[in-house]
Amino acid sequence: MTDEALIDLVGVNKWFGPLHVLQDVDLSVARGEVVVVIGPSGSGKSTLCRSINRLEPIDSGSIIFDGQPLPAEGKALAKLRSEVGMVFQSFNLFAHKTILQNVMLGPVKVRKEKTAVVRERALSLLERVGIASQAEKYPAQLSGGQQQRVAIARALAMQPKALLFDEPTSALDPEMVGEVLDVMTSLAKEGMTMVVVTHEMGFARHAANRVVFMADGQLVEQAPPAEFFANPQSDRAKDFLSKILTH
Amino acid sequence: MNVLIDRFDVFAGGFWLTFQICVLAAIGALVLGAVVAVLRISPVPPLRALGTAYVTVFRNMPLTVVMFFAAFGLPVLGSNADFLRIPVLDQVFTRLGTDLPYFRFALIALVLYTAAFVCEALRSGVNAVSPGQAEAARAIGMTFTQNLRFVVLPQSWKACIVPLGSVIIAMIKNSALIGFFGVVGDLSQSADQLTSAEGFAFVPVAIGISIGYLIMTVPLGALLDRIERRQAVAAR
Repeated sequence: MTDEALIDLVGVNKWFGPLHVLQDVDLSVARGEVVVVIGPSGSGKSTLCRSINRLEPIDSGSIIFDGQPLPAEGKALAKLRSEVGMVFQSFNLFAHKTILQNVMLGPVKVRKEKTAVVRERALSLLERVGIASQAEKYPAQLSGGQQQRVAIARALAMQPKALLFDEPTSALDPEMVGEVLDVMTSLAKEGMTMVVVTHEMGFARHAANRVVFMADGQLVEQAPPAEFFANPQSDRAKDFLSKILTH
Repeated sequence: MNVLIDRFDVFAGGFWLTFQICVLAAIGALVLGAVVAVLRISPVPPLRALGTAYVTVFRNMPLTVVMFFAAFGLPVLGSNADFLRIPVLDQVFTRLGTDLPYFRFALIALVLYTAAFVCEALRSGVNAVSPGQAEAARAIGMTFTQNLRFVVLPQSWKACIVPLGSVIIAMIKNSALIGFFGVVGDLSQSADQLTSAEGFAFVPVAIGISIGYLIMTVPLGALLDRIERRQAVAAR
C-alpha cells in the first residue's frame, strides 16, 4: 500500500429528499488498495460507491480522483468515468451487442482506439475471465456469473485506474458467486485499485486491504480485515457481524 | 352509387392530394418529433423545459386551432411559408410550389401537431430501455450523444415502432381537417364539392371517401401488426 491517495472523499453529504444517505463521509483510497465496504441494507454503501464516478451527484463535500476534483458535467466528466471502471449488481451488459462488442464498445467509441488493437485486447480479457468461447453470443444467452465476468472484462478494456464494484455478486445464484469472486481476487492480487461494496465476508477477509463498515449513512469504522472481523470496535459493527456470522 | 364511377377523377384527385400531404407531414413530424424527444430527455434542464413546453402546447391544443393559427397567424407574422418551397421537392409535390400557400400552411399545422405525439411515442421507446443500459454507457465514459446513438436508440426503436405507427395513422385521419383551408382540395373536401356543389347524394360520396382513407391506413395497420408479431417471436 502506498500513501498516495487515488480517491479522496472529504466531508461528503448526500440527501435523497429528507433522507440523509451520506453523512460527512471521509474516505481515502490509496493506489493499489482494495477497500471493501460492508454494512446493512440502506446504509449508503452503494450510494457511496456510485458517487465516486458521479453516477450519484453529491450535495456537499469534495471528491478528488487522481489529483483532480470530479468534474460536474459534460466531456470532462465522461473522460473521468472512462478512467474509472464500474461493475453493477445487475451486470447491465448492452443487450443488443455481442459479448465481444460489449467489451470493445468503450475503447472504440470513447477512446477512439483502433478496432484491431481493441479486438485483440478484448479477446485476451475474455480469455482471462474464462469466456473467450462465448465471444459471439448475446448477453441473454449467458448465465449470470458469465455475464458479470463479461462486465468485469468490459470495465478492464478501458484500462481504468480504479474499479468500482457495486454488489457484484448479489444478483447471482450461489453457485456462480465463486467464479466472479475468483476474477476479483486475482485483480486485487495484481494491484488494481478497487472499491468493493459487497456482502461476501469471505472476499472481504482474504482480498481486502481494508474493510470499511457503514451504517445509517455514516462511515462507522474502518480497519484491516483480520482486525475488523476479530475485534470490531463499534456496537453497530458488533451487532451487524453477530447477525451475519452466526449462520 | 354511380358517383363513385362517374366522378372517380374527383376522388382520385383528392386521394392524391391527401396522400402527398400525409407523406410530407409524416416525414416532417418524424424529424421534428425526434428533435423534440431528444430535447425532452437531454441532461440540460432548459432544453428539457423547452421540449416539455412544446409537447404540452401542441398535444393539448385542438388540431383545428393549430390550423387556424397556421392559416391566419403566419400571414400576420409576414410569412407565407415560402421556406417550404424546397427545390426539387416542389417539382415532385407541385402543391408546395404554388402561389396559394394554404397547402404549406396545412402542412405546417399537421407537422407541428403530430410532432408532439411522435415525440411521446419515441420517448416511450427510450423509457422502455432499462435505465441500467444508459448507466453502464455513462460509466464507461460515453457522452449523452454517444449513449443515445450506440446504446439507447438502437434498443428503443423496437418498443416505439408500433405506437409510432398509430400516431401516423391518426395523422392520416387528422389530415381530413385541412378541408378548413377550402382551396386545398384534399380527399375529405371532395365530399363538399360533390354534395353541395354538384348535388350528389351524401352517403355514396362518404363511402367513396372512406375507401380512400382506408387504402392508406389499413395497409399501414397490417404492416404494424406484422412487425409486432415478429417482435413477439424475437423476444423469446
